[in-house]
Amino acid sequence: MSIAQYPLISDWITVSDGRLVVTSGKVDIGQRISTALAQIVHEELTVPHGLIDMAPVRTGRSPDEGITSGSNSVEQSGQALRCASASLREVLVSVAATRIGCLPKDLVLSDGTLQLPATNHRLSIVGLAGDVDLSCRIDPEVAFLEVRHETSPRPAMRGIAAMAEGSFTFVHDIDVPGMLHARVVRPPHAHARLEATADGAEARLASEGLRLIRDGSFLAVTGPQEWPVVKAARRLALSSRWDVGAGLPETQIFTRLNATGAVRIPVIDGTPTPGDIGDPLRDPVHSARYERPYQLHAALGPSAAMAVWQDDTLSITCHSQGIYPLRASIADSLGLDPESVDISHVPGSGCYGHNGADDAAFEAALIAMQIPRTPVLVKWTREDEHRWEPFAPAMAVDLAATVVDGKISAFSAEVFSDTHRGRPRPGPDRAGPSRLLANRYRADPISPAEAQPNMGHHAGMHRNLDPIYDFPVKRLVKNLVTGLPHRTSAMRCLGAAANIFALESFIDELARGNALDPFEFRRAHLSDARAVAVLDELRRLVAELPPRSQTGGRGIAYAQYKNQMTRVGICVDLEVSDRAEVRLTRATIVADAGRVVDIEGLKAQLEGGFIQAASWALCEEVRWDRDGIQSYDWDEYPVIRFDNIPVFDVKVLDRPREKSLGAGEASPGPTIAAIANAIHDATGLRLRRMPFTADAILRHASAQ
Amino acid sequence: MGACGAVSLTIRVNGQSHEIASDPDTPLIYVLRDELKLKGAKLGCGLEQCGACAVLVDGKAVLSCVTAVEAFDGQDITTVEGISAEETGRRVQAAFVEASAAQCGYCTAGLVVAATALLTETPDPDRETILAALTPHLCRCGSHPRVVKAVQRAAGS
Repeated sequence: MSIAQYPLISDWITVSDGRLVVTSGKVDIGQRISTALAQIVHEELTVPHGLIDMAPVRTGRSPDEGITSGSNSVEQSGQALRCASASLREVLVSVAATRIGCLPKDLVLSDGTLQLPATNHRLSIVGLAGDVDLSCRIDPEVAFLEVRHETSPRPAMRGIAAMAEGSFTFVHDIDVPGMLHARVVRPPHAHARLEATADGAEARLASEGLRLIRDGSFLAVTGPQEWPVVKAARRLALSSRWDVGAGLPETQIFTRLNATGAVRIPVIDGTPTPGDIGDPLRDPVHSARYERPYQLHAALGPSAAMAVWQDDTLSITCHSQGIYPLRASIADSLGLDPESVDISHVPGSGCYGHNGADDAAFEAALIAMQIPRTPVLVKWTREDEHRWEPFAPAMAVDLAATVVDGKISAFSAEVFSDTHRGRPRPGPDRAGPSRLLANRYRADPISPAEAQPNMGHHAGMHRNLDPIYDFPVKRLVKNLVTGLPHRTSAMRCLGAAANIFALESFIDELARGNALDPFEFRRAHLSDARAVAVLDELRRLVAELPPRSQTGGRGIAYAQYKNQMTRVGICVDLEVSDRAEVRLTRATIVADAGRVVDIEGLKAQLEGGFIQAASWALCEEVRWDRDGIQSYDWDEYPVIRFDNIPVFDVKVLDRPREKSLGAGEASPGPTIAAIANAIHDATGLRLRRMPFTADAILRHASAQ
Repeated sequence: MGACGAVSLTIRVNGQSHEIASDPDTPLIYVLRDELKLKGAKLGCGLEQCGACAVLVDGKAVLSCVTAVEAFDGQDITTVEGISAEETGRRVQAAFVEASAAQCGYCTAGLVVAATALLTETPDPDRETILAALTPHLCRCGSHPRVVKAVQRAAGS
């Protein structure tokens, strides 16, 4: 896809000041994609990492690769860059052979230099690339170099030294002369609207050298110093009069996640296919419902963005995962030509999906448009990020199965959820503008558009709804439930987190209920040899572990993300205390991600995915009442901390001849299920609603 | 108090003295980032809940996002930018790089500061001690195991 739109080598690779400049449309959000992409270029050209620069991602300069999401970057941008690099190598080998007067096949490439052995003919790749016209076409069928990972050095993570020294620049750190700081003054909750600011508020701000920005109920404060702006914004939020209406709906969310009023669509081979949803299984041997509450991305650093409106150009610097769709949405919101909006990506805090990044960018733009020629840096507060980011939707998954001769003969899965697709991007009914938070509060508001079912393959709530196992009869249904209390959008894994939690818990329940070994029971339903290899390696590693303690539990789970990406098997060891607190002691992870590009980056993603999912499983739940979101900081929305981090053993099965597979979202789903299965192993209790807090476990125990 | 009632406030940061122009009620982190342009310490919450803003004050890790700058009058503050002046800080920074102990990096400065304070006080901590010392610090990317490895590496080197 990427090469079709950007077919020239120079779309991806150029030379500047004796260095290779690599351009990609994928942004680094802490997942080390810039390291992986540079490594791909290095593998095909052997140019040292020190001579490879990753260009900042910017509209008009970088390829439009949509949104950096779905664990697609290595497969999309990575494949494009591998083809571009290999094509460039072929061009340069031919140029070098002509220059030296030898045959291309006689040249040897190493350390970024082409050499004719036994002569002193040496030509550097970067030097040659600087001499030739790179606007030639990429050959999508070009041969790749074979890389021996065991002998080649591992790439160092880009930016890590600057991070450790405190010199790595986040959006939050931008500081330019004449810049103003800004904070948005939020209503008490999403349905409240501004009636009036307090008498004299604007005059008081002016006397403090601050400025009030207002567009309907969108309210902000700007000023040259940050702390006075923070204080004034807090004061204004409290002193302004808000029409709070009926408040937030105090919906019992898990009661609402049912088929009544839902858009119900059968899912066939991972794809929603309109038609008859079929009848529920008759006389299932086992059925159960699994639930996930609303959860937060909860970035460590609240969202931020800078904007300046100058010479009819709106320049925005932000940490959006999709600068081109955001540009279209902002231009549409403001009645501007997209060409007059220039968006650059500068790193923010890790986001794990659609958090406040895009909304902050638009808010910076709204404020900057009212103060021309002045850079405005908007930062969200901790409370803003917790209360106002789009949440991961609450979900419920109903599973049922029949079993014949110890094997599952028929399987039914119904998933219930609000939309996972809330990112601003062009679509019907001004979908882009309607998904930017501030547009709902402006004097001329744009209401949220009705969510439409995502019909993509393994997309939205039905990602990994289709089991990876060979069940002879499958009935799969997605149920889009709308009209729920909160704005929702994409969070790491989308529906796969809840669907894999459900399936892998359910499998465990069936295995244990029939006194079957959980490895064997899974293997009996798997025909994919690579899946079996992952499970067998996990079993081998687990067999070497010390036996679990009296109070301990051990659980396993397996999944292949989207049934086509990285395969992961996980074993969790944990302890459950007398007070029902779960303490994770060991995580054993085996993965097959195809051809490995950046082994440390891959392992870091598997570990990070485990820890984030452990936090979802054990800690995280958004709470609210009619007055507003109650999960407004880290005390009210606890997450996992260092005191519950297990010892990790991560084993990657390298498959150098297979395609590289996305891995950023591969481990969370099986992690949640492995934890639930281990808690059951330790306590005999089956937790089917996240989070598995001590309170939840005690409630469950007393209900038995 | 100065002669005209203006507060004269001086803090020492990374070995240099600075007379502070910000209001004395300004939390230290805003002074560091906004007035002194030291952007290493990060604001994560402003509530002393996440640890991203940690700095060293007389060798101990202190959160800078709530306490007003006037409370640091005359004290010796080291931010992540100045931490390499001491050997322990240099070892910690090198170990973070070697262990790839970051993903997005937003928590990293606070963790480098906390690890330096820990190893200054306890040169050879066991795993439990490391986890306890770092528990005031949040990381949402899940770089924890690599951070623990980095601290162990810095202790062992």
